Amino acid sequence: MEYKDYYDILGLKKDASQDEIKRAYRKLARKYHPDVSKESDAEQRFKEVGEAYEVLKDPEKREAYDQLGSQWKAGQSGFKPPPDWEQNFDFGGGGYTQGNAHDFSSFFEDLFGGGKASGGGTHYYHSTGTSGGGFRSKGENVRARVMIDLEDSLNGATRSFTLQMPEVNEQGQVVNKQRTLKVKIPKGIKEGQTIRLGKQGNPGMGGGERGDLLLEVGFNPHRLYTVEGKDLYLNVPVAPWEATLGATLQVPTPDGKKVGMKVPPDSQQGRKLRLKGKGLPGKNAGDFYVVLQIVLPPSSDPKVKALNEKMRDEIDFNPRSYLF
Amino acid sequence: MSTKKIAIVSGHILEEEATLTLAELCWRCQTPAETIIKLINHGVITPQEGTSSHQWRFHRSTLIRADKALRLKRDLGVNYAGAALALELLDELEDLRTQLKRFMDV
Repeated sequence: MEYKDYYDILGLKKDASQDEIKRAYRKLARKYHPDVSKESDAEQRFKEVGEAYEVLKDPEKREAYDQLGSQWKAGQSGFKPPPDWEQNFDFGGGGYTQGNAHDFSSFFEDLFGGGKASGGGTHYYHSTGTSGGGFRSKGENVRARVMIDLEDSLNGATRSFTLQMPEVNEQGQVVNKQRTLKVKIPKGIKEGQTIRLGKQGNPGMGGGERGDLLLEVGFNPHRLYTVEGKDLYLNVPVAPWEATLGATLQVPTPDGKKVGMKVPPDSQQGRKLRLKGKGLPGKNAGDFYVVLQIVLPPSSDPKVKALNEKMRDEIDFNPRSYLF
Repeated sequence: MSTKKIAIVSGHILEEEATLTLAELCWRCQTPAETIIKLINHGVITPQEGTSSHQWRFHRSTLIRADKALRLKRDLGVNYAGAALALELLDELEDLRTQLKRFMDV
């Protein structure tokens, strides 16, 4: 098995006090909490930190762990605890901890036992699952985050997702199973919304109904458009004279067509031009905005330089008059 | 690890589905009504309509928010007010990130 350096995980020295351990744990738990952190491996890190704290916060477990650690050298890959190591400590039968044990590593399980029997524990990706007594209970809801393309929402689409879902097998053990689901993406879904797939979550107990599968939708970045709620934005570069004199621009719309868009004269940088109802589809369809970006031609071109010099000399214009 | 193939499944956009009663919300969050009422009193979730607890109707997305608050509470040891504050700040962060993304594209 892989040796886990719990001190390293919490960023502590071996002689850290119990208070320091508590402080380090709390800080890292906040940092890596999957509801808070944006990092992709947050859930993994959060579990590791929890496992490390589970051992180090308990002086007896910590002492046992420290004894083991003295026999392990950095860089060593395989790790086996000495056969009689736990004779001075009584961890054998499990039942030592307040849950989440089946999320811990095999290293933890081999040292401190447990995990296998706690089929009813709570797992992060479920809604909290302590239902009141009774033999029939509804299965837990399973949550996962999936990424789709903007086009999937614009046109509707069917996408495959592979999810790691914990399941309870015949022996009552919790095992991770890979499940591939083909999901119909509802047209017009917005970033951050959730697709609820009824009865695709965890099985219930004693013939109870399956839980739901909740897929929180994120959008992959799009080459052209940015999305805000149900509205779409496209930055379109214009030359300074187009902004001043007005122009008609060819603009690609999200539905794959091209439209001629009129830029009114005297359009300033960042001006938004709206195409109503051309955003994400739906009952209240979103709008499509073209945002003008004024781009300057390079002064290395002698003609550009000459004309700009002419404007400077002949036009009476002070854009900063309001400053004084 | 085994792979199970499943036919195309279609679901609904949770945020646009019919509303939930207090009892349904408790059932889905698997939490007692007292907890839900505490979440309401701290402004984490708000009933969409109804003045008394019997008439309350909740938006489906309330489910996700309530779950999130309860996980923060359990995992980080914060109280209801702390969870409420964290969720509000996370919302604000999300809004700012979206706006920033738009400006970075320029």
